[in-house]
Amino acid sequence: MGQLTRNPIAIGMLALVLAILAAATFAIVPETQQAVVLRLNNPVRLVNQWQPGQMIGNTGAGVIARVPFIDKIVWVDKRVLDADLDNTLVLSTDQLRLNVDAYARFRIVDPLKAVTSTGSTSNTEERVADQLRPLLGTALRNELGKVPFAVLLSPERGAVMDAIQNSLQGSARQYGAEIVDVRIKHADLPDGSPLDSALQRMRTARQQEANTIRAQGQKQAQIVRAEADAQAARIYAEAFSKDADFYDFYRAMQSYRHTFGADGNQQPEGSTNIIMSPNNGYLRAFEGGGR
Amino acid sequence: MTILRRWLRRPIILAADNNNGPWGGGGDDSAGPRNPWSVPPGGRRGASKPTALDEFLKKTRVGGGGGGGGRPQLPLGTSARTLWLIGVGLLVAIWLLLTSIHQIGPQQRGVVTYFGKYSGMLEPGIRVTLPAPIVNVTKVDVEQVRTDEFPQDGGETVLTGDQNIIDLAYTVRWRVSDPRNYVFEIKDPQETVRATAESAMRAVLATTRMNDAIGAGRGLIEARVTQTMQQILDSYQAGVRVQGVSIKQASPPAALVDDFNAVTAAQQEAVGNLNNARSYSQQVIARAQGEASAFDQVYAQYRLAPEVTRRRMYYETMEAVLAKTDKTIVETPGVTPYLPLDRARKLVEPTQGTSTAPAAPAQGGQR
Repeated sequence: MGQLTRNPIAIGMLALVLAILAAATFAIVPETQQAVVLRLNNPVRLVNQWQPGQMIGNTGAGVIARVPFIDKIVWVDKRVLDADLDNTLVLSTDQLRLNVDAYARFRIVDPLKAVTSTGSTSNTEERVADQLRPLLGTALRNELGKVPFAVLLSPERGAVMDAIQNSLQGSARQYGAEIVDVRIKHADLPDGSPLDSALQRMRTARQQEANTIRAQGQKQAQIVRAEADAQAARIYAEAFSKDADFYDFYRAMQSYRHTFGADGNQQPEGSTNIIMSPNNGYLRAFEGGGR
Repeated sequence: MTILRRWLRRPIILAADNNNGPWGGGGDDSAGPRNPWSVPPGGRRGASKPTALDEFLKKTRVGGGGGGGGRPQLPLGTSARTLWLIGVGLLVAIWLLLTSIHQIGPQQRGVVTYFGKYSGMLEPGIRVTLPAPIVNVTKVDVEQVRTDEFPQDGGETVLTGDQNIIDLAYTVRWRVSDPRNYVFEIKDPQETVRATAESAMRAVLATTRMNDAIGAGRGLIEARVTQTMQQILDSYQAGVRVQGVSIKQASPPAALVDDFNAVTAAQQEAVGNLNNARSYSQQVIARAQGEASAFDQVYAQYRLAPEVTRRRMYYETMEAVLAKTDKTIVETPGVTPYLPLDRARKLVEPTQGTSTAPAAPAQGGQR
């Protein structure tokens, strides 16, 4: 009875032992990981190390065997990783401060170096990123500190990025990493006086623009009026120059009618009294009617 | 055969269990139909409990009890083992089912790894592969267009090329173009796309003037950001296709809205001024044309009979003018005319009602 009941347990135990042994012997290396095999802390081989131009599906990934309980596998990520740097204060040559968020994309190309240089057998990629982050900050401050502020906002900024990448590349190599790309995510003016003064500058620029537009509008209007006046003068001159003498008379008659309110338009502003002498041309007939 | 027999004997064990306790029996009775999937616990119980029960029975029943106890022993032992096997078998079957049959949606692709190594791609449909530790399938949404909003919270200010600040909000649409690269080349691809978008947007805006950014240049900026993002992502071999970038909002900072409105107002004002000038211009020219034309008409008549027309016009004008005015005719030469005082007052203050009343008789007198 005891034998029978113990039997499945024995089978289970055996299966367990086999499973543990298998798990300790075989390991699956996925495409995303590189493996450093340490034999009693002595690196013996690298599996699935990143190679330039390697096609996925054609790499060293797969099942590997190791000596159980003696070989230890340290996993290092094979993918493009990210070291993020937030809120780094950078001073440009023209003493303008800028708040910069940047990132470096890197890949661990030498996993053994990554493991040995960080002295860690776990989370190696994170430790490498931790090491790279201050280096990125230093490179950023150095390179951005060499250029005036305006360059950061110009096409030359690509060249600045390249310079940062180059300067970081050297130190990254010590950690077995290769910098794929360095980029500025944000570049903002710090809160407080730099931001305020920028806003103030924008405000005055707007005011200037508004005033300019207004003045230009007035200028245009003036030109249009003057052109109209000139054209009217030309029209008058063309018509009236046919007989200047008659025009003088004609216009005088019009003017009288207008001045004395006789053209029916409106009452003249001042009332009019006329004191006439009989010598007046109009009254000549009046006086001499008897003659 | 043996399995079948053991199955048939199960009710006996259950019956023995029933006698043992009220809940145990009730539970087992109702659990009868569910047994196939709750076998592992049942099996364990079969292995341990009945033996304990057996011993209990042995102790309580005397004599015949020994034979009665002896009979169930054998089936109990074998059925326990069987249940074990069935349980394990079922687990294996479930595990096989779960890990070797894959339902790939129409928008998805399955990235297959064979012992960790990439071996191929599964197209949509129900696909069967080898089970889990050997083959792993990662499903990736390929056709689905993902939309990322920037910024995620609140407003975002961006510096433009002319060192101005604008408030910006935009969305990026992207999808996976190469699931293999997407899965294997980049750690945290979504975050990578976000970071790339931010960096590309700022790089492009850093070469754009503010007026273009908040005005007509948006389309160009969107196209350039899309292109820049694609270049960067391709350099990472991210396996991502950027479908498009759309700027939802690009406006001057909230603090400067009034000043930007003032510019707009100035523009309106300028246009208004110009309109006024144009209308003046129309008036002046029309009047000139009208007067010139009137003169021409009169002049044409005047040419026909100059002297008579001239005199006629003179008299008509004088008539019209003098009819409207107060007249004083000084008959004798050498008499000095004088103006009455009330009249002078009226001339000084023509609008005052009080002075007009006394002036009236004077006027009459003059006439």
